[in-house]
Amino acid sequence: MSNRKVNITPDTTWKETTPGGVILDAGNAEDFKTGDWRSMKPVWHEDKCKHCLLCWVVCPDNSIKVENGKLTGFDYDHCKGCGVCTKQCKFGALDFVPEE
Amino acid sequence: MAKRVSLSGNEAVAFGMKQINPDVVAAFPITPSTEVPQYFSQFVANGQVDTEFVPVESEHSAMSACIGAAAAGGRVMTATASAGLALMWEMLYVGASMRTPMVLAVTNRALSGPINIHNDHSDTMGARDSGWIQLYSESAQEAYDNLIQAVRIGEHKDVQLPVMVCYDGFITSHAVENLEMLDDADVKKFVGEKRVAPFALLGGDPISMGPLDLPNHYFEHKRLQAEAMKNAKNVILEVAAEYEKLTGRKYSFFEEYKMEDAEAAIVVINSTAGTAKYVIDNLRAQGKKVGLIKIRVFRPFPAEEIAKALKNVKAVAIMDKADSFSAAGGPLFNEVRSAMYGIADGKIVTNYIYGLGGRDVTSVNIEKVYSDLFSAIETGKYEVYNYLGVRE
Repeated sequence: MSNRKVNITPDTTWKETTPGGVILDAGNAEDFKTGDWRSMKPVWHEDKCKHCLLCWVVCPDNSIKVENGKLTGFDYDHCKGCGVCTKQCKFGALDFVPEE
Repeated sequence: MAKRVSLSGNEAVAFGMKQINPDVVAAFPITPSTEVPQYFSQFVANGQVDTEFVPVESEHSAMSACIGAAAAGGRVMTATASAGLALMWEMLYVGASMRTPMVLAVTNRALSGPINIHNDHSDTMGARDSGWIQLYSESAQEAYDNLIQAVRIGEHKDVQLPVMVCYDGFITSHAVENLEMLDDADVKKFVGEKRVAPFALLGGDPISMGPLDLPNHYFEHKRLQAEAMKNAKNVILEVAAEYEKLTGRKYSFFEEYKMEDAEAAIVVINSTAGTAKYVIDNLRAQGKKVGLIKIRVFRPFPAEEIAKALKNVKAVAIMDKADSFSAAGGPLFNEVRSAMYGIADGKIVTNYIYGLGGRDVTSVNIEKVYSDLFSAIETGKYEVYNYLGVRE
């Protein structure tokens, strides 16, 4: 397979797709926005945050964005609203509210 | 040089597997296919093949192990029958949908119940829509020949589908016949040393297989799978042509026996074709214009070709060694009659369910079908859906 990359989108036709749904490129979960599964969403209060990053540790979707050891916000394209991050926050820096 | 040998159908298949020397055989024995993994495990134990033999605890696991090995890029084979095939059901679909070529020898046996170990076609007819290519075999020779061709058909780049090679339990699997076996080297050359897998888990290029497929993509993948089955038609003929060059034995979608001027024809699958040919020879000697179509390829179904072959008959009886319990006819009947629509119209088309659970099918039974057909041609009166050889 010389040209391995197949960028599968919602418009990909049967002629363009891969047999049996074989996934040829690694890390392509980034291309699929799964955040629309969410019914509740976490909200960050920067003022109360101690940047302990325990929320980052427990997030199953790698949806908490961190730069230089500091929390910078959420990747709402992929956060599925499980609420695990808000449960473990001891400082009230994470609220869990219905998705509007 | 090919050599003449006397083998049972199961031995012929097991020896064919030995010559193919697949990477993996995962098997759980079940009557009447037991001898296939039994003989083959001896070849493994004796070091005559370098196959990884995986003894498993059920047919579901046998097929699962085969799929895993095929996904890894290996050439994979197994054998089963009846309830064993039924227990593979879920995985048959997975194997076909994941586009993993494999060869599965099926010694056709009745499905329960009541429990019965003898031959009919209810097992593979039930699996007809699982996405597997299905080849049927009249004799041990054909089972052997189909097995070798199956490797090439399934692995073809335009196909990439698993293949079932079917032959009648006990009748073909256990009866010893004379057949011609190829040289090991010729088989090796014909099938190639290694499977060429366009996608495989093992190797330089990592991939993922068997992902979740939501409404957005599932439909497209099924369409692509359907295309592979369409492609298989050409590939089956190409492989047959190449095999004919090697062996002199000619294969196609089906065999036409004395069909040129036939007025009454029978369509049948597997070993009963042999009995039918004997009956045809006798009836022809009496001046009766009778013929036979013996189906070799049931999936993909050669609809147009069969309809064309039946274009000039007056009446045709389609014989099913399995009932579909639609109360309207067996599976082969429904497909053949539907294929004829618009291509071979205005014929008398009848269905005979026969030989269930290993009931002997005699020349007298077949003669009755032809005599029914001629009486239908003369009087215009006939039953569409019949049971043949059942005690009334």
